[in-house]
Amino acid sequence: MNPFRDPMSSDRFDSESSGVALAGDYWRRDGKPDALGTSDRVGQPLSRLDGAQKVTGRARFAAEFSFDGMLYAALVYSTIANGRIASIDRDAVESMPGVALVMTHDNAPRLNTAPVFLRSPNGAAGDDHPIMQSDRVHWNGQPVALVLAETQEQADAAVERLEIEYRAEPAVTDFEIAKGQARAPDNVLGGPAEIALGDADSAFAAAPHRVDATYTTPRHNHNAIEPHAVTLKWSREAGTEILRIHDASQCVDLTAASLAEVFDIDAAQIHITSPFVGGGFGSKTLWQHQILAAAAARVVERPVRLALSRKGVYRVVGGRACTEQRVALGADDSGKLSALIHSGIASMTCHNNLPEPFVQATKCLYAADAIRLSIEVADMHMLANTFMRAPGESVGTFALESALDELAERLGMDPLALRERNEPAQDPISGLPFSSRHLLEAARAGAERFGWSGRAATPGSRREGEWQIGMGCATATYPYMRMPGAAARITLSAKGATIDIAAHEMGMGTATVQTQIAAARLGLPVEQVTFRYGDNMLAGAVLAGGSQQTAAIGGAVIAAHRELVTALLALVTSDSPLAGLSADDVVCRDAGLAAADDASRFADYAEILSGAGRESLSVEAAAADSEELAHWSMHSFGTIFCEVGVSEISGEVRVRRLLGSFDCGRILNPKTATSQFRGGMIMGLGLALMEETWFDARSGRIINPSLADYHVPVQMDVPEIEVMWTDIPDPHTPMGARGIGEIGITGVGAAVANAVYNASGKRIRDLPITLDKLL
Amino acid sequence: MNAFDYHQAVDAEQAIEQAMRRQQTRYLGGGTNLVDLMRETVERPAALIDVSTLAREIEETTHGGLFIGAGVTNAELAADPRVRMRYPVLSRAILCGASAQIRNMATVAGNLLQRTRCAYFYDIASHCNKREPGSGCDAREGFHRYHAILGASSSCIATHPSDMAVAMVALDARVHLRGPDGERSLALSELHREPGERPDLETVLAPEELIVAVELPPLPMAAISEYRKVRDRASYAFALVSVASMAALDGDTIGDVRLALGGVGTVPWRARRAEAALRGAAISERAIDTAVEAELEMARTLPGNGFKLALARRLMTSELKARVADAREGGES
Repeated sequence: MNPFRDPMSSDRFDSESSGVALAGDYWRRDGKPDALGTSDRVGQPLSRLDGAQKVTGRARFAAEFSFDGMLYAALVYSTIANGRIASIDRDAVESMPGVALVMTHDNAPRLNTAPVFLRSPNGAAGDDHPIMQSDRVHWNGQPVALVLAETQEQADAAVERLEIEYRAEPAVTDFEIAKGQARAPDNVLGGPAEIALGDADSAFAAAPHRVDATYTTPRHNHNAIEPHAVTLKWSREAGTEILRIHDASQCVDLTAASLAEVFDIDAAQIHITSPFVGGGFGSKTLWQHQILAAAAARVVERPVRLALSRKGVYRVVGGRACTEQRVALGADDSGKLSALIHSGIASMTCHNNLPEPFVQATKCLYAADAIRLSIEVADMHMLANTFMRAPGESVGTFALESALDELAERLGMDPLALRERNEPAQDPISGLPFSSRHLLEAARAGAERFGWSGRAATPGSRREGEWQIGMGCATATYPYMRMPGAAARITLSAKGATIDIAAHEMGMGTATVQTQIAAARLGLPVEQVTFRYGDNMLAGAVLAGGSQQTAAIGGAVIAAHRELVTALLALVTSDSPLAGLSADDVVCRDAGLAAADDASRFADYAEILSGAGRESLSVEAAAADSEELAHWSMHSFGTIFCEVGVSEISGEVRVRRLLGSFDCGRILNPKTATSQFRGGMIMGLGLALMEETWFDARSGRIINPSLADYHVPVQMDVPEIEVMWTDIPDPHTPMGARGIGEIGITGVGAAVANAVYNASGKRIRDLPITLDKLL
Repeated sequence: MNAFDYHQAVDAEQAIEQAMRRQQTRYLGGGTNLVDLMRETVERPAALIDVSTLAREIEETTHGGLFIGAGVTNAELAADPRVRMRYPVLSRAILCGASAQIRNMATVAGNLLQRTRCAYFYDIASHCNKREPGSGCDAREGFHRYHAILGASSSCIATHPSDMAVAMVALDARVHLRGPDGERSLALSELHREPGERPDLETVLAPEELIVAVELPPLPMAAISEYRKVRDRASYAFALVSVASMAALDGDTIGDVRLALGGVGTVPWRARRAEAALRGAAISERAIDTAVEAELEMARTLPGNGFKLALARRLMTSELKARVADAREGGES
């Protein structure tokens, strides 16, 4: 197999007449790979099924649903970082036109604290602050009042008139000061805060070649194109109170479970749908706006819409923590690493549970005789930091992969050769074998396509007019995961199949790809398969996060598929050509089942169902436990190549070319996958060159809460981006695929920084790489 | 945003009358800045008088200059063939600013009167002497990467954000005004006030006075003119430093030169000291260096905007050299 076939060629649309066998027990040590992983039925560049809906504006988002009699909400945000609310003058505002409710801590209903993500099994919330339950203010920007009015304009006008006085108390809002009180977190993503293999400090001290540098990365804020919004209504159905929510969510089930705890009701009383999400990136979870909207709606007994403004998103929804990281590398003359130390401090609060896990990538990338990884956190009075595309890896690879580049230069080695020299045979920390690791193939193929051999070894030696030209590369990686809770329902009739699963479509193409996959598994044309998602009432609970949704859905559909085929075979009569066959003896093809070893033994689904007097058959099954992670070290990999120009006059950096060569198992749909990789890489350009939250260290206030001042790349900042992949199936995952949603952003920061160094001879260890640092 | 009245003016005279009849009025052009400020409640007008449909023509003056109606959009002005031929610096400057959508809405007068983008000016929870005189300046010890190194005072370091105005001051533009007391005109370089102790007073406009036109005088040397803008991303960002420049030679000396700076001044900054140092000087790198230093010796920097001094020096120097080279080439051909 040529691993680098043209991903966009569509000449593989011909279906295999041999059909697709049921997936094996890929998760077991001696399990059978999922047959779909090598089938030509996947890997087709099907266009997004929702494309036309999106571009014609027919796709409805959370703030576009409405209920009769709906009120509009607006929030007031605190202007101090720590202290108490001394007074709020509600009276003047309550009499304003259209105002239906002014809710503050004085009159808000009693609410339980929301369970925090990764701390509680039901947790979808960003932090564990009580919500509008007392006069306490915990961060600058905390919602302190909510107004409901008949129109959005009336609500907005009312919040501006609300007079609030505060009693400020001392606050820790300066990272430089907070660092002095840094502490070890209880855990990092459920694992230890420090990992040691051998005596890395001694090994480093003894190493003949060393790099020891500090890298810093700023806070980032979420800027999904769709600001967070919720439209909701309380009602009574058959005597039971029901909360109906249109949300923008990447976790409908967890949100329902969390809200049930907050409002002391059963999760079954909450119905959340989220058919389209305008980007999540880790931010579309549970924040105060949904809870406040639901609480207010319950008080006034009317439906409510709360759509955060862009500024509101900065005040209410957490972003990426700032980090200060040390990377110390020790190597022998050949470049072999004897010591690898990656440690540092990230900003956090004591009300959430996400120490920015910047050493994640370092755990799996390089073999070193001794390794020490550690994370400390500096508690601050700020909005809880949260997950943002590749939390940890995005900023961690900036530090690690910059340091590798520095070491390569010190050794006089090609940066890619240094990485090859330290390619591990098994997981450096756990010692587990890799399920599938073809990073070097990806790196070599990328180097060839990019023209890496044209890189000048000496910095500053290539120029075009005022522009100094340089190339850089960096390794990208993101772990494979498959979280528990996934289940799927398949309903089959003569007309086709419906797959129901409480998963999410946030623009990644999930619904399209999963329709493709289900069609392939069931031997149905794509047009006869409906994939339903974004509804907590559907089967299972799948988080669209951790780049694991595709695997989680895959595992659930595999289980349900087996259940379905077993049930179908139980329906066949003794005179059927399928009589006596069991699930593992058959394949699905041509809208029916056939014996795997005898194509003439075939019956289509309609025949089987009608023969049993059934119109349809519906089964539900839960995915197998993710045992594969106990047997193998599983990660997506890639290498990012970048060429930049640096103006000698102005210090401006222009990225001229960017290429990502990835090894992420089987690519299920090259078209949507390319967009995922490319989007991640563009976000990586933002991280490298411009993204930065201006967090005023005096007040703890974010002062650039707008897309005018918080820069993300515009069209002109983005060059032609090439994306390629190995397409080597992982034998131990559903469909042979590993995650692709987050890896694109990883490595890009370092690839740009390394290219800037190669161009200009200036090593920038502080993101973003703005022109003032290059003057 | 607070509730407000809206009136569409039929002509300048009526607009002024309407403004005189009410309290707290603002003239509305394209609204690309004013409406934003109203959303943030930085501006709280009781009434808007829409003048965006007035004065939409660009006319020739008798001397070969242009008379540009205040309501001409930025996009129309940048695309006008006469502007592109005679004053390319102006076309370039406009196209370096904002986005296509904003330029389609924004008017010439509105562009001149747009307010600073200092983040503390926009945030009503922050201290800002421009927004609330006497309340203090949070930018001075806060984020001031975009702030001024020329023309600032202890009370305000905010930059004037316009690109268009920088090109216009370099071209010796005049603004034509109409107010309750009749018509007058003044040099654009006299329109904006440096902040001093009153950063809230940004122009010399009298109450209810309306900009009705901008006049560009004939200026043959402007046919070869350039605008270079340096910013934090390739588009849709305000200038860190920008330079409008043109030069005319007289043998081996510099006959005339125009130089104006954006992103560094509290007002659109005409670099008159540099110009004066260069006019009549023999062409040399040293003459250019001396001129640049003459302008920048007045600069005062803060920790967050200190890089602008070096950046301005480099850009002014390279742009002046390039204009001299352009002028030489032009003379030879």
